[in-house]
This record gives sequence, C-alpha cells and structure tokens, in this order.
Amino acid sequence: MSTQTPMQTTTYREAVKEAIREAMHMDERVFLMGEDVGHYGGCYAVSKGLLAEFGPERIRDTPLSESGFVGAGIGAALGGMRPIVEVMTVNFSLLALDQILNSAATLLHMSGGQFNVPLVIRMATGAGKQLAAQHAHSLEGWYAHIPGIRIVSPALLEDARGMLWTALQDPDPVLIFENNTLYNMEGTLPEKAGPVDIDHAKIRRPGRDITLITYSASLFKCLDAAEVLAKEGIEAEVIDLRTLRPLDDATYLASIARTHRALIVDEGWRSGSLSAEISARIMEQGFYDLDLPVERICTAEIPMPYARHLEEAALPRVETIIAAVQRMVRHG
Amino acid sequence: MGEFRMPSLGADMETGRLVEWLVLPGESVKRGDIVATVETQKGLFEIESFEDGIMGEPLVPAGTEVSVGTVLALILPERTATVAESGTTVSPAAAVTMASPLPLTATPEVSVTPAQPPAQPQRITASPSARRLAAELAIDLAAIRGTGPHGVIQRGDVEQAAQARDAMPRTTDSAQPATAGSIHPGMRQAIAAAMSRSNREIPHYYLETEIDLSRPLQWLEAENRQRSIRERILPVVLLVKAVAKALRDVPELNGYWLDNQLQIQPDIHIGFAVALREGGLIAPALHGVDQLSLPALMAAIGDLIDRTRTGRLRGSEMTDATISVTNLGDRGARTVFGVIYPPQVALVAFGRIMERPWAEGGMLGVRRCVTATLAADHRATDGHCGSQFLEALNRHLQQPEGL
Amino acid sequence: MTEQELQAIIFAELKKVAPESDPTGVDPTENIREALDIDSYSFQRLLVGFSDQTGIDIPEEDYAKVSTVAGITAYLAARLL
Repeated sequence: MSTQTPMQTTTYREAVKEAIREAMHMDERVFLMGEDVGHYGGCYAVSKGLLAEFGPERIRDTPLSESGFVGAGIGAALGGMRPIVEVMTVNFSLLALDQILNSAATLLHMSGGQFNVPLVIRMATGAGKQLAAQHAHSLEGWYAHIPGIRIVSPALLEDARGMLWTALQDPDPVLIFENNTLYNMEGTLPEKAGPVDIDHAKIRRPGRDITLITYSASLFKCLDAAEVLAKEGIEAEVIDLRTLRPLDDATYLASIARTHRALIVDEGWRSGSLSAEISARIMEQGFYDLDLPVERICTAEIPMPYARHLEEAALPRVETIIAAVQRMVRHG
Repeated sequence: MGEFRMPSLGADMETGRLVEWLVLPGESVKRGDIVATVETQKGLFEIESFEDGIMGEPLVPAGTEVSVGTVLALILPERTATVAESGTTVSPAAAVTMASPLPLTATPEVSVTPAQPPAQPQRITASPSARRLAAELAIDLAAIRGTGPHGVIQRGDVEQAAQARDAMPRTTDSAQPATAGSIHPGMRQAIAAAMSRSNREIPHYYLETEIDLSRPLQWLEAENRQRSIRERILPVVLLVKAVAKALRDVPELNGYWLDNQLQIQPDIHIGFAVALREGGLIAPALHGVDQLSLPALMAAIGDLIDRTRTGRLRGSEMTDATISVTNLGDRGARTVFGVIYPPQVALVAFGRIMERPWAEGGMLGVRRCVTATLAADHRATDGHCGSQFLEALNRHLQQPEGL
Repeated sequence: MTEQELQAIIFAELKKVAPESDPTGVDPTENIREALDIDSYSFQRLLVGFSDQTGIDIPEEDYAKVSTVAGITAYLAARLL
C-alpha cells in the first residue's frame, strides 16, 4: 500500500458495511438477507442504512428460521444470484447446519459438477460480551471440518473490508466469521481499500524466537503479548491464519522452520479443534523443525460463564500467552 | 545389599554425568574399588564402591546426567548374586529396582538378573530439530548434555557443542599430559556457587602471623642435599605437615559446621588447593596427613597435583577434606586471605616465601619468612582458638626434625 | 650431543610442564617460571625431566642459575658439550 494513499478512520463494523455496499453497487445479483438486517439495521448494526439505500428487494428481513432462509440463499445462488446471507451469530447457525453441510457444501458433488453454490454466509462468532453459555460459541473450527466450503475469518480492518468481494467471486460457498468483539474496533483504512486475497495466512509481526499461530480476535491478544515479550528480548512471530479452510500450511510451517517453536492460540475449545488440526499438521510436515512440542492456548472446556471475570478467565488471555511463551523460550 | 549412588563431590554439586562403568555386572567389587567415572563441573572423577559385593546391572547408562543421590547400580551380596545366577530368584528389593523403567545400556552376557529382558540401547531424548541439526553438523548427541525440559537436548545444546568443538584447539603433540580433560567452562560457575555460599553463610574471621622459616628451610636444604632430585622435598611439604600437627593440638579447626554445630573430625584430611593451568582450581584431599612422613607426603602431593591436572581424581578426594590449605610457594602475593570451602570451618593460607627484615633479641636481620593466614568460621571457633593454632603451627615449623 | 639437540630437550621438557605454552617463543633471558607460570612443584618436575634426559642432577643451590632458558642451556652445556 502506498503511503500516499489517503487514509480514513473507520471501524470494523463500517468496513464490513462498506464491503457490502460496494458489492451491491458493483454486482446487481448481490443481495443481503437475514434476521433484522433491514429495518433494525442488523443485530450488530452492520447493515444500518442499507435498506434506505438499496430498498427491500435487496436488503431482505427474514423470519426467525435459519434453516429456511439459509436454504433460500442456497436456492438463490443456484438460480444465478450472489446472496449474502447474514446469520445473526454462529450459535444460531446450528439450526442451519443441515443446509450448510448437506446442501451448500455437497451440491456440486451430488450434481456431478452441474450445480455450484456461489453463496456467502456471514455470521458473528466468539465470546467476550457476557452472553453466557448459549451465545458465546466459537464454532468456526467445526465449519472448517467440512469439505466443500471455504472458511475465512477477518481480523484486521483491511480484511473486514476486502474479504467479502473476493468471497463473492468464489464459485462455491464461503462462510465469513466476524468476531463480535471486533465490530467497535477503530483503525484506519485507505479510502480506496478494496478486495484482498482469501488464500493466504499473513505474518502480522515478524520474530525469530517463537511462532504464534492465531486468527480473528485472538490475533490482537497475541500482538499485545508479543509487544510485552519484545521488551524482555523475546521476539514472537505472529501469524494471522485469515482463512481457516483451506489452511495455508506453508506460511506457518515456514515460520516454524525459522523459530523452531510453535504456540497456537485459538478461541475454540481444545478437543477436536482447529488448533488440534494445526498441531497435527505441524507434526506431519514440520516435525524436524521443532525444538519442543507444539503448545496450545484455547478456551477452557466449559459452558461459557456469564460472570465477566469467569468469562475472561475461560478465554485465552494476553497474560497466559506471555507466560506460555516465556516458559517455552526460556526453559524449553 | 548396597546402593551405589551418584556421590556429592562438593557442596556445590547438584548433578553429575556418569561417564563410564569400569566394573561389569557380575564382577565382584571390594570396598574402595573404583567402579565408575563421573564428570562434574570440576572435571572427571573416579568413584569408589563403599562396600564389598557383586556388581549389579547398571540402572543408569553411561552418558547420563543424574542428580546427586540417584542410585546408579546395586551392589549385591555374594550369596544373593549366586542364587540369582542360578535362575531361581532375585531378592525382592533387587527385582523391584531392576524392573524400574530406566533404560539400560547394552551390557555383557554376565548378568545377575537373568529374568531381565535383553538390554536395549539407550534412547537419547533430543528434540527433532536438535537431531537434524546434530546430523548436519556431525555432532554426537550421546556426548551432549541436554538443557531442555527433563534434560532434553535442544538446538541450542547442539549449537553450543558445535561451537565448543570448533573452538577446541587441534592438539598435535600426543605426548602432552591430558590437560584438555580439565577444561571445564562449568568450573567457574562451580567455584562461583561455592564461594558465594561461603561468603553468604560463613562469618569469617582472619588471623595472620609472620613465620620465620630460616631454620626449617636450612634444615630442609641440608636434607635435600643428600637426596636425588627425584626425592627432594619442597618447602610446602613442611607447611602442610605442620598444619596437620597443629590441628592435633587445636582440633576445633578440623571439621565441619553441620546442623548448626561444629563436628570435629578425627582424621586430618587436608584439601590442598591446586591451580589448573587453564584457570580455576580444585582442592582435593590429602588423606591422613598427620600420619605421613615428609617423603610420603611429598609423594602424595606430587601424585595429587598430577592427577588433578590430568583429571583422574577420586570421588572421595573431593568430599572428605576436613580443612583446606592454599599455598603460593615462592612466587606471588605475600599474604592470602582465603575463603572457607563449606562445610569446612577453616582455611590456612601461606603467601610467598620471601626474605624479610626480622627483629629478634634487639637485633635486626634478614630472614626467609612466610605469612600464614587463618580464615576460620566464627560460628565454630573464636579468635583465641585460631591464635592458638597459629602459635602451634609456628612451634612445629621451628622443629622441622619432628615433622 | 649438539647445542641444537640440547635446546630441543629443554624445550620439550618445558612443554611438558606448560603444555599450552610455546617455550620457543620465550625470551632466553626471561625468568621462565614467570613467563610460563611454573609453580615450585612443576619446576621440580622440569629439573627431574632434565635429569632423565641428560643425567645431570641440578642441586638446589644452583636453582638460581637455571631460571632462564639461556641459564639452563649454559648450565647443561657446560657439563655436557
């Protein structure tokens, strides 16, 4: 990005909205559909104002039936449209799991390659807002289990702004997971910010001593930890996975080949998780680069508590990341 | 049945590396036999058995770093071993210990525990990355001490070994004594640890006296004139022997401060400080000095210096000194204020023997003198006691024929 | 025995007691015990070595004469060559 590009201050929420607006303007087949996206402006106010701008044909409120409107989205995509379906949160997406797994992800195969599903589903994910055990899941790792769909997870503003258009160009279903704690995050973006690739992980901070592999909101915890660690002479390399399926193995393996240590920070639960998958891939492909076992920091395997201090304690924290890195680098 | 353990070869020793087994399983050992060699920060030491018996299977393979006190092997009574060899039974304790999951080295056929599964080569714990790097740099992992969790060898350990190897001078003269064995980067740390502890824990007091050596040295020169060069006795022998005799008069300085009390030792084993040519020093023990004639003490000192400098000290020599002596001979500083080696309670230091003006009987003369300094532990003794010792030391030196 | 051979013996014995040093680089008039850091025990070992090689037993009262390479060479040469 050129330094001469004019920059503007914005938020993650505005960046997502701008991405939707741009897509609506650039491709008339694009429309937004979901619970409360129209009159209410979206549960997280992402689509506020879009109804007035684009009208009820393209900004469509739906009944509270995830299975129904995700299925409708699949149908629209099959019919030649480019729907953006907003599922309010990942917690409710379980009601649409059959549509996502058994229809969206499989139709290309089931139709012998005749019918692809160019559908984009956006949903909020993650804990941190005191929404307790039924509304604080981080199940993107589950979705990353499913062949036939692509899973992306924008952390930085530029990805919130740029991933949607690229996702809409994908001939197959793409699920975009937006961590609910990020919507208010402020930052700057070039006024002409545009599409970004959704194939590669990115090194967000270079370092020689250890590789921190993470994504979404945990990225910022890792960056904060790396900042503290740098003051004591430990240089942590922080990798933002960005795309959870298909995983960009090459980027983190190349990093581990330099640092010889790997710590995965994942807001999902540990057992059978995305972090487990990454750890397995490191063993399979990077074993001889390791100087000590891969470690993971995940959310405690409990139903998410409501109380703030308990919720914070259950999630990956900057302090626990720092402590783990110190232990791994100094003594291991 | 006895347990042969990793000995503590000094207050500062926490771990040691078992370098080599010198007795095979099934062989008989006598108390005092050298069973194994052990490497510490201070060098390589020969470790003796403390009892008679039959050597059991090694529980710790050669090359392993273990904590002080770890059982390295069992020494079985003759009878038990015979029974075991007949294949009927092993004493329960032996069986339990033998069945421990510790890896075993490949050992010869002679075995006191025939029920044992075949010995397997030791598994070296090294990180995958360290293994690959070691292969690339042609470093033998078995020769490296791991510093990772549970002693795992990691990249840094391999890199360090490679650096050490590359820094090692390529010695071509094979006739040289094996001084390279005593180059120990850890020795500085070992000295640092022991001396820090000493200065932290021991309230030292110092007493100093000037001793006129004219008479003892004249006596010694006359003695030496009758001796071949090989049999000549060095002045230090007089000093060390006089210390031993003075300790018979003032035994409070010969012992240890342990469990908050002075434990006077019956035998006089003098830790004799030997400077290593590469730097650092070791103070191994001369045993029973008060019982040795001057020629025998000279031989013992010569043997001790040679073995210290070639890295062939015995474990007991590192542990049982009851007091230390440091001596600068005929070069160096005039006065030495020593630091006591815990748990000992005293250190006697001799500065350089040199000519000094000496006033006696209203006359001034030139005499060959030495400054003797006593550093003593004030928890154990007081200045009065120390002063008596220095007086006794002078008295014995002035009567060299009695030494 | 030539003077060269005598020199070779002297340097070889010095090398034995100060293995890490290069005795040939020492100034012949310099005190070898200072230059090569030889203590009284090692000095005696050195003289034993000379005795083994040359048969000459240097008495204690002559130690002052053999404190340098030049001194040792002269002392032994006077009795050998």
